[in-house]
Amino acid sequence: MKLTDKSQGWKELPIGGIIPGGGTSRAYKTGTWRTGKKPVWHPERCIQCLSCWIYCPDDAIFITEDGKRADFNYEYCKGCGICARECPAKPEKAIEMVDELR
Amino acid sequence: MAQKTKELMALTGNEAAAYAMKQINPDVVAAYPITPQTELMQTFAQYVADGLVDTELVAVESEHSAMSACVGAAAGGARTMTATSSQGLALMWEVLYIASGLRLPIVMSVVNRALSAPINIHGDHSDSMGARDSGWIQLWSENAQEVYDNLIQAVRIAEEVFLPVMVNLDGFIISHGVEVVETLPDDTVKEFVGERKSPYRLLDIDHPITVGALDLQDYYMEHKRSQAEAMRTAMPTILKVGKEFEGIAGRNYEAVENYRLEDAELVVVALGSTCGTAKDAIDELREEGIEAGLLKIRVFRPFPWEEIKSALGSKKAVAVMDRAEGMSAVGGPLFHEIRSCLYDLTNRPLTVNYIYGLGGRDVAIEDIKKVFYDLVSIAKLGKVEDFYRYLGVRE
Ligand code: SF4
Ligand code: SF4
Repeated sequence: MKLTDKSQGWKELPIGGIIPGGGTSRAYKTGTWRTGKKPVWHPERCIQCLSCWIYCPDDAIFITEDGKRADFNYEYCKGCGICARECPAKPEKAIEMVDELR
Repeated sequence: MAQKTKELMALTGNEAAAYAMKQINPDVVAAYPITPQTELMQTFAQYVADGLVDTELVAVESEHSAMSACVGAAAGGARTMTATSSQGLALMWEVLYIASGLRLPIVMSVVNRALSAPINIHGDHSDSMGARDSGWIQLWSENAQEVYDNLIQAVRIAEEVFLPVMVNLDGFIISHGVEVVETLPDDTVKEFVGERKSPYRLLDIDHPITVGALDLQDYYMEHKRSQAEAMRTAMPTILKVGKEFEGIAGRNYEAVENYRLEDAELVVVALGSTCGTAKDAIDELREEGIEAGLLKIRVFRPFPWEEIKSALGSKKAVAVMDRAEGMSAVGGPLFHEIRSCLYDLTNRPLTVNYIYGLGGRDVAIEDIKKVFYDLVSIAKLGKVEDFYRYLGVRE
């Protein structure tokens, strides 16, 4: 579903701002909201505790079929840094916030 | 026991509304008590307790919650009703706009009462007048019969145009006065209101939808335009439902009612119970040889622009009665809209505004006659010296 089709006039849109169809937030790529910093995953330091996945307020961390943490999904990651703050890996965290220029 | 024939009943305006609700048998009612509406919902709650309706009655902790619960229920596909007054309507404010913006056909009785401060529990129109831009259709009732009739029609109107409807009745004057009301058989009402049909329902899990999504610069204006279109094109539906209702009840409902207006030169424009008083005043004035008439506004939203233009076009002088002080410094809300729609006419009547009846201040036949005597002088003088006046205030 394409949500950014701005050619639709008022007569064509469903009434009341209703969006027909489910799961439409998938089509809304909110990763563009990220400003300044983005998280980078260092798999070699990762202990697979999945804290980052639990804490991420969006759905920006991929999980493999067998339940392992995979890389970030930057299409939805907003760069809030919560995952990096919560990561318990020692001596160095497995998530690093790095500068990102857009 | 089911009502099988038309019956004459002695009902207060509140009871007439509750009785209409009983026969409509809505799926969900969410409400909070407030004077003078309380008796309405209390009467309806008794029907629920006695098992006479199938309604899920949601007793909430405030009017904000009442309207919020109504929004949820209506979005879920339920036929939804509520009632309130004054401060209760004020507390619903933000949710009123959500109900209309989401195009939910909620029907609400508003038992009109003054707004605080100073605190007052009696009838005036400040509550609903303040909500005039909220996107709700507004029907106004002159008496308990019209409350009953309007409420039944409101369900059909709301569900056909996808806009919420408020049915207004003057606090205490109508809500607590006992009148003879002709009620319809249960089956007739049931058949008239039919089943609610909706193209979208939150609870239709086979066809999921999102309701209330963020709507920014790129879509908001289109959605408001289409909402405005619903209001712009609601009148034919209101009139069609009125005609159909006349078929079952024998009582005629239009956007406005003209009383001895055809040959009148001097006209009073009013809403609500004052129209009844004005009719008596007009009958007496006609005996005195004064060509007095009344234009009663039944549908205030959508505003009956064309009807008002054709009703007032040829008149000499018109007094617009506002039972709400708009605090605009230049007159009440009804006055401004009436005057604006007369602007296009080549022969405009002289217009004057009266703020009256605030906080339930009594309006007697003599008061309305005084307005007409003023109109006689205005017509004679050919101009209005002070267009923004108060009726019945101590100087
Ligand atoms: S930075 Fe924030 S949004 Fe991005 S993955 Fe980490 S917790 Fe999720
Ligand atoms: S919180 Fe850190 S250690 Fe735990 S799964 Fe995420 S990246 Fe790996």
